[in-house]
Amino acid sequence: MSHEMGGRDVLHDLVVVGAGPAGLAAAVTAAGFGLRVAVLDTNARAGGQYHRHRAGRPPAWAPLARLHTVEHLAEHRVWAVERGDDHFTAHAVAGERDGVAVTVRGRRLLLATGAYDRQLPFPGWDLPGVFTAGGAQALLKGNGVAPGRRAVVAGTGPFLLPVAVGLADAGVRVLAVVEASRPTPRAAALAPHSPARVVEAAGYAAALARRRIPYRTGRAVIAAHGDGGALGSVTVARLDADWRVRPGTERELACDTLAVGYGFTPQLELAGQLGCASTPDGFVAVDTRQATDLPGLYAAGESTGIGGAQLSQVEGELAAYAVAGRTPPKALLRRRARLTRFAAGLRALYPIRSGWSSWSDEDTPICRCEEVPRGRIADAARHGADDVRSIKLLTRAGMGWCQGRMCAEATACVLSDVLGRPIAAPAPTRAIAVPIRLGDLAQGAS
Amino acid sequence: MTDETGPAPLDRTGDAGFHLTVDGRRIPVEPGQTVGAAMLAAGIRSWRTTRFAGRPRGLFCGIGVCFDCLVTVDGTPSLRACLVTARPDDEVTTS
Ligand SMILES: Cc1cc2nc3c(=O)[nH]c(=O)nc-3n(C[C@H](O)[C@@H](O)[C@H](O)COP(=O)(O)OP(=O)(O)OC[C@H]3O[C@@H](n4cnc5c(N)ncnc54)[C@H](O)[C@@H]3O)c2cc1C
Ligand code: FES
Repeated sequence: MSHEMGGRDVLHDLVVVGAGPAGLAAAVTAAGFGLRVAVLDTNARAGGQYHRHRAGRPPAWAPLARLHTVEHLAEHRVWAVERGDDHFTAHAVAGERDGVAVTVRGRRLLLATGAYDRQLPFPGWDLPGVFTAGGAQALLKGNGVAPGRRAVVAGTGPFLLPVAVGLADAGVRVLAVVEASRPTPRAAALAPHSPARVVEAAGYAAALARRRIPYRTGRAVIAAHGDGGALGSVTVARLDADWRVRPGTERELACDTLAVGYGFTPQLELAGQLGCASTPDGFVAVDTRQATDLPGLYAAGESTGIGGAQLSQVEGELAAYAVAGRTPPKALLRRRARLTRFAAGLRALYPIRSGWSSWSDEDTPICRCEEVPRGRIADAARHGADDVRSIKLLTRAGMGWCQGRMCAEATACVLSDVLGRPIAAPAPTRAIAVPIRLGDLAQGAS
Repeated sequence: MTDETGPAPLDRTGDAGFHLTVDGRRIPVEPGQTVGAAMLAAGIRSWRTTRFAGRPRGLFCGIGVCFDCLVTVDGTPSLRACLVTARPDDEVTTS
């Protein structure tokens, strides 16, 4: 096992959580400066969400090829991080099934924990056959498995395009890409910032056209219908500018698979534990060196803002320069600036509009784990619960296995609807970032 | 409880595959696949029901965030099928 290379007793110069584009670029760059680096990641293979690949088929990505220069601790779930006087300690459980406690220490800590798909609840979103867009992509890329035979891809953002093309390449009949926003007019304005990304997008658009997959904007999947407990069809409807359904425009499409995602939500549990500052829109706040407000703590990649794999990688490299105390090349700084502007432009094209909450009804599950329907959350709000934490205590929404990762944002929105004023989803402050078995905890404490 | 419809299998990696069992039924696995992906590839789309309403659940997020996909593997309960890499002769039991 790789952690026998010395994970326990060595004080690393840098410990990285997350082996995606950001974490790996940072780790390999820092190791290149002669620093002793360890990277911990939940997955069996390095690469994170973007460079997810099948076993025995490494993708052509330089940092993955140079991974031998760092200590890579695969299948290590970091459930807590602590800050000591002059170092950080990461507590992990190694092995997805056996659960061996591992502690790794480093003078500096980089959080590169990435993001996951944002979901907006609608009736039937918990039916088997409904997948997150990223989940569908992970099945294709990492496992060589297509999730079904007839699929609809829905949500918002440019990420829907590679998912649709990936599904079609895998032999799935993709009936439509259903995009809630109306992104076309201003898209061209982004071109000067990042030609490569625009060319990539154009490539996907051409691929969709070649396969005759319709790309429908200003529409959403507002309900999924189950046949014997599994997805049988979805209702697609036109939306107004606020994402409310235009009555009479509903149309049913028979399908066994729905891949749905409304952008990404940052993975912030570890940052929350350490109590570092966050931005107004809920990401880890970093300066130009990718440093957080806590000495020795750095963050890079999508936990600091959604901007794609290339930006994540550049941020990781810049974090490595900062940790090593080196001046980064001007070109790298310029690249970050350009990609950041491009990402901001993209985000502006695909905003989430509040009207989506009219797609759900009283019975729609908001919290999947504890099966809390919208009606019960609204009731609790009418009885005086006026923040997400009180709702959790009264209804158990957000108290189950996923700890609100899937429902906290939606719960806050339902609450805002009832109270008629904006309510923010609270930043995560759990003592344990990922659920682990009590036995693993006891072992870690001993 | 399992529910079956047919997903489209992709090209094989070329490595020799192996099998695991789901509630006693043998299903094929490609090396490196997760237990959940192998189950899906075998047409098993849901494999547990929720505590209160008994609603069916299978894979949703595919990356370990939602906990919809919990299974028991070789006697260890509450494992996320989307994260556990399958091993030859794994015995998966569903509830
Ligand atoms: C499921 C999914 C699929 C995606 N697929 C694509 C795609 O095909 N194309 C595309 O352009 N963009 C994709 N994205 C967008 C993606 O976020 C990329 O922009 C990019 O991978 C971000 O890089 P990152 O390094 O910030 O984070 P990530 O690549 O997300 O890497 C973060 C890593 O940290 C690990 N991690 C998090 N918390 C812990 C913890 N507590 N302990 C241990 N490890 C932890 C995660 O398992 C993950 O491997 C996808 C996103 C998701 C959620
Ligand atoms: S599918 Fe979400 S945790 Fe496995």
